[in-house]
Amino acid sequence: MIEQDQHFHLDIFAGPLDLLLYLIRKNEVDIYNIPIQRITEQYLKYLELMKILDLDIAGEFLSMAATLMHIKSRLLLPPEEREELEEEEEDPRWELVRQLLEYKRFKDAADLFGNLERDQGKTFSRKPAVPDPVPAAELPLAEIDLFKLLDAFSEVLNEAEKRRPPEFEPDPFTLDDGRARVLERIAPREAILFHLLFDRGEPRTRVVVVFLALLELIRQQAVQVVQQGHFSEIMIRKVIPAGAG
Amino acid sequence: MSPKNISLKRVVEAILFVAPEPISSGRLDELTAGIRKEGERVKDALAELAGEYESEERSFTIRKVAEGYQLRTREIYASWIRNLYRTRRTVYLSKPALETLAIIAYKQPITRSEIEAIRGVAVDGILKSLLERELIKISGQKEVVGRPYLYRTCRKFLEHFGLPSLAALPPLESRETPSGKKIISAAQLRPAPPEAGEGIEPEETQ
Repeated sequence: MIEQDQHFHLDIFAGPLDLLLYLIRKNEVDIYNIPIQRITEQYLKYLELMKILDLDIAGEFLSMAATLMHIKSRLLLPPEEREELEEEEEDPRWELVRQLLEYKRFKDAADLFGNLERDQGKTFSRKPAVPDPVPAAELPLAEIDLFKLLDAFSEVLNEAEKRRPPEFEPDPFTLDDGRARVLERIAPREAILFHLLFDRGEPRTRVVVVFLALLELIRQQAVQVVQQGHFSEIMIRKVIPAGAG
Repeated sequence: MSPKNISLKRVVEAILFVAPEPISSGRLDELTAGIRKEGERVKDALAELAGEYESEERSFTIRKVAEGYQLRTREIYASWIRNLYRTRRTVYLSKPALETLAIIAYKQPITRSEIEAIRGVAVDGILKSLLERELIKISGQKEVVGRPYLYRTCRKFLEHFGLPSLAALPPLESRETPSGKKIISAAQLRPAPPEAGEGIEPEETQ
């Protein structure tokens, strides 16, 4: 499916703490009382998805998985044994909670900075004669909720799984094809519902390739992921360069 | 037709009009030394100009940015100006970059490993690109084993976010839950009695 040398390093997932906060929010659970079992299961599911995508999973994601499983195992001990083992020790979740709360303060501040940045982007001053060049390869990424996008991908993948036709021939569909498809489908309307990027009964490998192509386009800021409301479907939109606004 | 009198206000306006970057009040003081009369202050001239732009509904205004003053267009005119600069793309920072910058902004000077302890991921690549964009700088080395570099934000950081000064950073949220629950001690987090089912959940049926 994906060629060997196309190992993706997408620096777009903010990190394991971000994923955990996302899961806590999504499950509407109390950060002070994290249901470790449920959250761990879901966390591992995301790692699985990243593996399917052949994303270069940062080591920190794996080490957080180990931490979660360790906490889980300690909580699973019968209460008597736990007391024996811990004596003066605290809830095994505490250190993680502390870390999450500390991280969240800065994550919230980062959101605020994002707003300030956008506001500032709407006002202009006299610029030095030469605008600072931003090399294309260094283009930072637009802000989107990528875990949400992974969720949507997971749904499409499940659909593909159900309809998988029994065929084992190599699919000649390349990443460039995937890219072309995404752009083609967006083109007529400048935006498209996420699931319409995929075809019914499409082989799983092709779904993966199209999704990878989408991630790459996001990274290049060629497309943008938007969502109108909390529960509305994710849409993919063409990015109109601000300069051409 | 030229004005009868050259006023401090108009000189300040002229300087702001051509200045390519925010200009501090100290610098304005220096530049207007020859015209400033006894008791006249640059600050008052700036306030007067700002009031004028406001009441005349000018398309621009005076903004305090990065410890200085700058003429900037009002937001509602953004789309027309973007048409002027077709080739210049507004590039926004990524989420990881914003998080890293936020940590540096509030905790500066700070080392890479201290940032990583908060974010829970490696930040070397991000630091490199923030350094390249001159949003941060290396301000020294910490006097601990290994003498790691310390990072600080630069003036460009303030400009990028339209902040008047570091002191004007929005206050960092205290560690509170949305319900207003203050951070609680570890003791309060002790596992509840088993019957409460805290922590360990029954197998979920989906």
